[in-house]
Amino acid sequence: MNARVWLVVLILLQPIASWAQGYAGLGGSADGFDVPKRDYQFEFPRDHGPHPTYRIEWWYLTANLTGEDGRDYGIQWTLFRSALKPSEADGWQSPQLWMGHAAVTTPETHYFAERLSRGGIGQAGVAADPFEAWIDEWYMRGPDLNTVSLSASGAEFAYDLDLTAQGPLVFHGDAGYSVKSADGQASYYYSQPFFEVEGVLNLPDGDVAVTGHGWLDREWSSQPLASDQTGWDWFSLSFDDGDKLMAFRLRGGRGDFTAATWISPDGTTTPLPNGSASFTPLNTTRVAGRDVPTEWHVTLPDRGLDVEVSAMTPDAWMATQFEYWEGPVTVKGSHTGRGYLEMTGY
Amino acid sequence: MTFAIVQALLSHWRRHRLQLATLLIGIALATGLWSAVQAINAEARASYQRASDQLALGLYDTLRDPSGTIAVDRYVALRRAGWQVSAVLEGPVRIAGRTVQVMGVDMVTYPALPAMTQTEQSDAPPDPSDMLTAPGRLLATPELAEHLKSQTELPPIVVSDAVPPDLILTDIGVAETLLNRPRQISRLVILPDQPRGVPALSEIAPDLQRVEASAQLDTQRLTDSFHLNLTAFGLLSFAVGLFIVNGTVGLAFAQRRAMIRTLRALGVSMRRLVWMITAELTLLALIGGALGLVLGFFLAGALLPDVAATLRGLYGAPVDGQISLQPEWALAGLGMALGGTFLASGHALFRLSRMPILTGAGVQSWRSSTSGQRFSFLIGTALITGGFAIGYTVEGLVAGFAMVGGILTGAALVLPYFLTLALSVFQRRARGPVAQWVWADMQAQLPGLSLALMALLLALAANIGVGTMVSSFRLTFVGWLDQRLTSELYVTARDDQQGKEIAQWLGPQVDAILPIRNVELTHETGPLFLYGVVDHETYRDHWPLIASSDSAWDRVLTDQAVLINEQLARRADLWPGDMLTLNAEHTLTIAGVYSDYGNPTGQAIVSMQQLDLIAPGAETRQFGIRVSPERATELAQALRDRFDLSRQAVVQQAAVKAQSLAIFDNTFVVTSALNVLTLGVAGFAILTSLLTLWTQRLPQIAPVWALGLTRAQLARLELLRSVLLAALTAVLALPLGLVLAWALLAVINVQAFGWRLPMFLFPVDWAYLFVLTLLAAAVAAALPALRVLRLPPADLLRVFANER
Repeated sequence: MNARVWLVVLILLQPIASWAQGYAGLGGSADGFDVPKRDYQFEFPRDHGPHPTYRIEWWYLTANLTGEDGRDYGIQWTLFRSALKPSEADGWQSPQLWMGHAAVTTPETHYFAERLSRGGIGQAGVAADPFEAWIDEWYMRGPDLNTVSLSASGAEFAYDLDLTAQGPLVFHGDAGYSVKSADGQASYYYSQPFFEVEGVLNLPDGDVAVTGHGWLDREWSSQPLASDQTGWDWFSLSFDDGDKLMAFRLRGGRGDFTAATWISPDGTTTPLPNGSASFTPLNTTRVAGRDVPTEWHVTLPDRGLDVEVSAMTPDAWMATQFEYWEGPVTVKGSHTGRGYLEMTGY
Repeated sequence: MTFAIVQALLSHWRRHRLQLATLLIGIALATGLWSAVQAINAEARASYQRASDQLALGLYDTLRDPSGTIAVDRYVALRRAGWQVSAVLEGPVRIAGRTVQVMGVDMVTYPALPAMTQTEQSDAPPDPSDMLTAPGRLLATPELAEHLKSQTELPPIVVSDAVPPDLILTDIGVAETLLNRPRQISRLVILPDQPRGVPALSEIAPDLQRVEASAQLDTQRLTDSFHLNLTAFGLLSFAVGLFIVNGTVGLAFAQRRAMIRTLRALGVSMRRLVWMITAELTLLALIGGALGLVLGFFLAGALLPDVAATLRGLYGAPVDGQISLQPEWALAGLGMALGGTFLASGHALFRLSRMPILTGAGVQSWRSSTSGQRFSFLIGTALITGGFAIGYTVEGLVAGFAMVGGILTGAALVLPYFLTLALSVFQRRARGPVAQWVWADMQAQLPGLSLALMALLLALAANIGVGTMVSSFRLTFVGWLDQRLTSELYVTARDDQQGKEIAQWLGPQVDAILPIRNVELTHETGPLFLYGVVDHETYRDHWPLIASSDSAWDRVLTDQAVLINEQLARRADLWPGDMLTLNAEHTLTIAGVYSDYGNPTGQAIVSMQQLDLIAPGAETRQFGIRVSPERATELAQALRDRFDLSRQAVVQQAAVKAQSLAIFDNTFVVTSALNVLTLGVAGFAILTSLLTLWTQRLPQIAPVWALGLTRAQLARLELLRSVLLAALTAVLALPLGLVLAWALLAVINVQAFGWRLPMFLFPVDWAYLFVLTLLAAAVAAALPALRVLRLPPADLLRVFANER
């Protein structure tokens, strides 16, 4: 994945700085921060925790759910970390910032909420062992990353869900080293796409018991985008036959950069290089004053994939400080299934 | 034809240039003083509003801890329970000889502030990471930034004009370093959108007090009375100015009667004439008003710094020391000038429009008749009675001013009646023809002078009243300072820990250490500061109680009772024997009420044990130290050296007193300035009245001169007449001034500040004012007297030769 969010950076800062290049400054240099290197040896549970010497990092969970009422739902729970300096300090002096996004998407409506916090004071953070990621009263809490409970609330919604991993972690790109541009910008990127989910959504009309599948992305980096890249389209799809696909396209002035990972039901991954996948918008929806593609033609000839991906709820717009589109999708064509789509830079 | 009429009308002013000048000056003075006060008030109010907007006060409810400090962990706990709150740490800091307020907000969660938005959108926005990480950035006004420029140890300053004066806005992480209050929060702002299902605050934070957004705008409320005071003064000056206008316009109309009669005989309709004169008055009002606006603008500019200093000192209210010109203000000023001019000349205009075409051209007819005098006496008496009735039956500051207004206006209206009465008494006692003529002549002149004398009466009464009030207040205040400030040294530690160390170190060296600890609670009447005291003779012997029950201190110090300040007592109508609810669990009997000047908020005193019960964790940073006075200086220096305290952290009693008195004196600078101006305007009114009367003087003194009185004698009598009338007015002004002083001390002050002051009399001041008045009257009469002295006998003879 990737290119999910480099939101963090800024967020609050976004209106402040007038960045000429790159989307929301993600194309900036990595001054003083560590940068991802090939052949990194992941170590768990340590790497489930934060890496404060990298500029940005996230714990990003989405789930496609079905209610006892037979309707489809989607939820998002995301915690972003953004470092102003490559260090950590106590109390208000900490240069680490945290941002939480949560959303519930019903077939008709998209509810979302946002939280911001300083590091250092305990209002938000992540602990690796036992695992807990939190901001305010929102949490994603293990004993470990295989069994977590998830909770978030906003003015109009809340949810409490239990997630159990049914498969291994999967690593994208070159064993978790995920390249993001022809120039070689990269991030560390792994996922847990095998969560089974059950729990309760609390919506304005009442509680709904739900079950379904969740997908967690973990990613951190310091300089994820090339300076000409202005946005991305990112897909996480779960097909009915058990295979899964992560695929993204980074849109840039010098042409698009794409990457994908094919995930077998047993967790075996096949990384697919730049150019393997194609993404064509079929239809756009006017959302928040912009034209956002909500129907896509996605092909991956290497795997015989030729599908139409359509948004379940076209106006799943996150009108947060850093605005983007994030919502559940359905897949039809050579493969059928469900998934999540994220689009930025529109 | 119209042109001819205009020429005829204007010819009057060409021939009476002094009169024209007097009229314009009258309008300008009235408009100027009024507009100055309005400009000051508007500027001050705009400053409060700006400050409130700039800090987003009044938009959000807040949470406070009675101890004044909330720990960061507490904030995090509330956040983790779901409450969307944002942290603020604020406090004063002394930098380069100036106390400024530091407001540190968690810039990540605090609602957008105008200063931040403005800074973000500026041409060279600071890097956000510089704002949020050490050393951070300080946002300050250009003026404050200039002042702080030389302070190299401070973080870099970002200039913003969207920050209130004397305030540094910064991130909370910077503020905790600047204020040396690590991991502390002053208050939590409750953000507007709360998530579903948050637990009630009463369950998870019963000890924190929620303060409604609307209750936080107390600057505006507290200063309202101060502004009403200024407005009342402005109105008084306006009224005095109008006396001049009234006198001048009345005389001008009288002098024009001959011309108007001629115009009418030539066929000009009265309707047309009235319209043209109205247009003429409008033009004059606009010119005078414009002059007044210029005057008012500069006057306001000159007075505003003092007003700003007063408001900061008394209420801690932020006011810019600069006046800005608002179009509304200019329009309102011109409106007042127009309204005032027509108010002052309406009567004359009305009389003119009713004038029969063949009425004689004499000047007598514009003067008020005896029946008019009786009528104004009746109205005046009614106004005085009404004023007292309102004062005694209706509560509130506006009623207080209505009372004062009624009494003053009424007194002015009855003045001619009393003067006539006094003059007829003198006349009856007079022996010899000259004396009898002098008194009779004075009676005859009285109607023409009475308006000027009314102005003088008002100005004198205001002077005596306000002077008595200020002096009484000062006397009381000085005595009260002596009682209240009994400790020889006052020490402020950096934090609780240092406070303990200082107390330990001082213990064996001094007579007593009196901790000064307080917490902020809320009462239905506003903020309530609760102080804890230890048992010491300092309090028992000196504390200025104005009402107490038996063994008040014994009961307070044995945790049974509480003392409250006068402000709280009057505002909430609580007196010894009543109960005061401090918070949900603590209600105590009130044992006594103490005077507490110069403090706008409510206060209460309990024993130290009670304070710890009510608000555990109240800081112990301040102490009063009892030590023999000769050791105070040496000990102060020792304290500063040993604990690395600043000059301001260890203050000697004398310095505190001097500072308090300076603030006090500053408070009344504006009042005194307006006072003097009003008296000046009244003196000018006398001068103009005498000068206008001069025109009719010739036919009256010519016969007396022909009977054998020399011109020197006549000139002396001119002076005597003016001085005598002024003296009579001054004598009448004294009781009026004392009534005014009483009203200010016992009614207005109670309403405006919450304290009632004893009234002291200052006969020496009155004598001084009396002499000043006589002098002013003599100076005003000097010019007419000089004219009499130099009058060519030919002019006097000519009186008998033609009928004028």
